Amino acid sequence: MYKFIARRLLSTIPVLVIVAVLVFLLLRLTPGDPAAILAGDAASRDQIAQIRISLGLDKPIIVQFGIWVSHILRGDLGESFYFKIKVTDLIAQRLEPTLALASFTLVIAVLVSVPLGVIAAWRFGGWFDRALMGFSVLGFSIPVFVLAYILIWIVSLKLGWLPVQGYKRIGDGFWPFLRHLILPSITLSVIYIALIARVTRASMIEALGEDYIRTARAKGLPESRVLIAHALANAAVPIVTVIGIGVALLIGGVVVTESVYAIPGLGRLTVDAVLARDFPTIQGVILFFSFVYVVVNLLIDLSYVIFDPRIRY
Amino acid sequence: MISFRRIAVLAAAFAAMGASPGAFAQGKVLRVVPHSNLSILDPIWTTAYMSRNHGYMIYDTLFGTDAKARIKPQMVDTWTMSKDGKTWTFKLRTGLAFHDGAPVTSEDVVASLKRWGRRDALGQQLMTFVEEMETPAPDTFVLKLKEPCGFVLEALGKPSSNVPFIMPKRVAETDPFKQIDDYTGSGPYIFKKDEFKPGDRAVYIKNTKYVPRKEPASGTTGGKRVYVDRVEWNLALRDPQSQVNALAKGEVDILERPAFESYGQLKEIKGVEVFNRDPMGFQYMCRFNALHPPFDKAAVRRAALAAFRQEAFLQAQVGVKEYYHTCPSMFTCNTPYATTAGSEIMAKSNMRKARELLKASGYDGTPVVLMKPTDLAAIQKLPDVAAQLMRQAGFKVDLQAMDWQTLVSRRAKKDPPSQGGWNMFCTAWVAPDIWSPLSNAALDTKGEKASWFGWPDDPKIEQLKAQFARELDLGKRKKLAAEIQAEAFAYGTHAPLGEYINPVALRTGITGLVVGPGDFYWNVKKN
Repeated sequence: MYKFIARRLLSTIPVLVIVAVLVFLLLRLTPGDPAAILAGDAASRDQIAQIRISLGLDKPIIVQFGIWVSHILRGDLGESFYFKIKVTDLIAQRLEPTLALASFTLVIAVLVSVPLGVIAAWRFGGWFDRALMGFSVLGFSIPVFVLAYILIWIVSLKLGWLPVQGYKRIGDGFWPFLRHLILPSITLSVIYIALIARVTRASMIEALGEDYIRTARAKGLPESRVLIAHALANAAVPIVTVIGIGVALLIGGVVVTESVYAIPGLGRLTVDAVLARDFPTIQGVILFFSFVYVVVNLLIDLSYVIFDPRIRY
Repeated sequence: MISFRRIAVLAAAFAAMGASPGAFAQGKVLRVVPHSNLSILDPIWTTAYMSRNHGYMIYDTLFGTDAKARIKPQMVDTWTMSKDGKTWTFKLRTGLAFHDGAPVTSEDVVASLKRWGRRDALGQQLMTFVEEMETPAPDTFVLKLKEPCGFVLEALGKPSSNVPFIMPKRVAETDPFKQIDDYTGSGPYIFKKDEFKPGDRAVYIKNTKYVPRKEPASGTTGGKRVYVDRVEWNLALRDPQSQVNALAKGEVDILERPAFESYGQLKEIKGVEVFNRDPMGFQYMCRFNALHPPFDKAAVRRAALAAFRQEAFLQAQVGVKEYYHTCPSMFTCNTPYATTAGSEIMAKSNMRKARELLKASGYDGTPVVLMKPTDLAAIQKLPDVAAQLMRQAGFKVDLQAMDWQTLVSRRAKKDPPSQGGWNMFCTAWVAPDIWSPLSNAALDTKGEKASWFGWPDDPKIEQLKAQFARELDLGKRKKLAAEIQAEAFAYGTHAPLGEYINPVALRTGITGLVVGPGDFYWNVKKN
C-alpha cells in the first residue's frame, strides 16, 4: 500500500512537468501581449515595449522558461503580471472560496443523489425511477448560469431569503459564510446530482440482480439493510469513481458559478488571468489544479480498498 | 406539520441574523461596482482608467477640470505668468497634507511632475518646453520655460490618464517605469492596502484631515467633501445581470457602467434610478492603419469615411436614443475646440460618393482586415456596422473576431495584415482624452515614430499642433484646432463615429454625485 502511494506520488512529477511545459508553450503561442494590456488603451508602442522589458518578456522563450522552472524548484510560482503579488499568495487568497464552494457542492450532491439513485433502483421502472431519470436529463441539460439566474430571481429577489452575490469568509461568522454559499452550491450541485444519481441507479440495479442479494432477502434481512449494507456497498466503486470525476469537473463548473455569484475564487481568478494574459498566474493555477486532480485521483484509488476488500495494492 | 409560512418566517429571521455586523460598525459604507477590475495601483505607470479612478480617490491635483471643461485651481492657491510667458509661479494653498501627516511641499510637486512628465504624452510635450523647475519656498514652485507654452494649465489640470497626481517626493522618485508600492497621497480618501484583494475588493476610508476648497465640487475641481466613512469597490461582481440583481436587492449602491441592455430593466426597479454624471461622455472611432494597403492611400481612407454613417453605428451599439448623439467633431462636442471643419465628408452617409471615391482611388480589392473584439460589449458591434457599410461601398472586408486583449496586442504590430498585422479597428475614448489637439492620440501624425497605433504621417498636422501648443490666445487656438481637424479629415486619420453617455445606476438614497469627466466619490451622500 505504502509503495503504491509512493509510486503514485512519484508519478505525479512527470505529469506536472508535462503540464508545465505544455502550458508554458501554449501560453506563448496564444495571441495577446500582457504588456499591451497592462499599459492601458492610450499607451504608446514605446510604453508597451518598456513594460515588456520590465516583465522579462523581451527575453527568448527558452530563457523565460528556465527562469520560471528555477523559481518553481524553489517553490516560487512567480509574481502575477496583473495583480503584482506572488502567485502563491494569490492562490492562497482565492483557495478558501473555491474550496468551500466545491465542498458544499459535493456534500449536497452526494447527500441528495445517492439516496435518490438507491430508491430509483429499488423502485426500478416505477414513477419515482422515471421522474428521477427525467430530472437527470433536465439536470444535465440546463446551463449553470440559467439555473443560477432562476434561483436568484426566486430565492433572492422575490423571497428575499438569501443574498444575490458575494462571499463571506468563514472568519466573518458561520451563518454569513453559509448563507452566501447556499445558492451557488445548489446551482452547481444540480448537474452532479443528475450524474451521480444515474450512476448510483445503474450500479444498484446491477447489484440488486446478484445472487447474494437474493440470499440476503431469503435470510429475512430488512430491506433497508439489504439495500445499504449489501447492494450499495457492492455498488460503491463506480459511484466513488464518478464522484472523483465530479471533483475534476467541478474545476470547470466553479468558473461560471463564481462569475454569476461574484465569488472571488480560483475559477474567477483563472478567467481574469486568461483575459489579462497573466502568464505566471495562469501557469500557477493550472499547475495547482493538475496537482489537485492527481491527488484526488490517488485518494479515489485508495478508497477502493475500503469499499472493495478484494482490491489490493 | 411545519407550514410553508413558518419556514418562510424562520428563513427571514436567519437572513436578518446574517446581516453583516461590520456594515453597522463601519458607519456609512458606499458600495460601488466599478466599470472594471483594479489591478495596477500606480496611475502614472499605466493609462488604465481604473488606475486613474483609484488615483482620484487618494491623490489630489494642482489643477482640475470642471463639469464644463474649464481648468480651475485645486491644490494651487494662486499663480502668475510673467509678461514674456516664460515663467509660471504657483503658490500652494495652506493646509495641504499627506495621509501620513507630512505637509505637501513644492519639492513633492516637482518630483511628481518629473515622473509624470516621463510617462504621460501631454506631460512629455510640456517637458519639452520646460527649462527648469524651481522650489523657492516650501509652498511655491516655478516653471521656467524655454519659450511660451499655451497648454501649461491644460496639462496640469488634465482630468484623464495620465493625471498629474501629486505624490510624496520619496514615492515620486520611483523609476517611472517601475510601479510604486507606497500609496500615500493627500486626497480625500485613504487607501486601505491591508484590505485590498485584487479581483475581490478595494477599500478607501475617509481622510478626516483633508481640507477641501470652499467652492462647490465640479468635475475634478472644487470642494472634495466626503460624507461617507468608507467606500468599497466590489471588484468581483462583473456579470451584468448579477450587477442589476445586486442593485435591485440593495446589496450595492452604485453601478458605474451598466450594460446598455440593462437600462430598461433598471428603470423599472423600485428604489433604483439612473443618473448621468458625465454629460460629455465618450466618443467612438474607427482607426485606419496608414502603413499598409489599402489604407496607405488617403483616397481609400476617405472613401471609407464617406461610407460611414454615425447614426447606424450608434443605433446598433448603444440602441437607447436618449444616450447617444452624432458629432461631426474629432474633438468632443460641446467642448471649447469642437468644430465641424472638414467633416462634410461624414456629414451624411453618401454611398454613391463612397463608391466613386473608392473607384477613383485605384483600390485593387485588397481585403481590409478589420479586428472585432467579441468580449467588449461597449464596442463589439461597431466593426459589424463598419464592415457592412464598407462592403456596400465596394470594399472587401475580412472581419476577424478576437478577444480585446488579442486586439490590443495585435494593433501594436506594424507587420502587414498577411503577417499578423491589421488594417482597421474601432474603439471608444472618454471625452477628456480627445477634446484637445494635443491630448487626442489619434491626431499624432508623426508616421512610424508616432505614439499611437495606425501611424499616420502628416507633417502639416504636426506643424499646426506645434503652433497650437505655443499659442496663448483661446480664439486663435480654436482656429488652429479647426485647421488641424480639417487636415485630419483630408488625410483620413480616423473616423469619428458619434458620442454616447453611459449613466450610472444607483439606489435612490444616494445623492450628490459629482458631474464631470470621470467617476468620483467625494460629495456623495448616503441616506
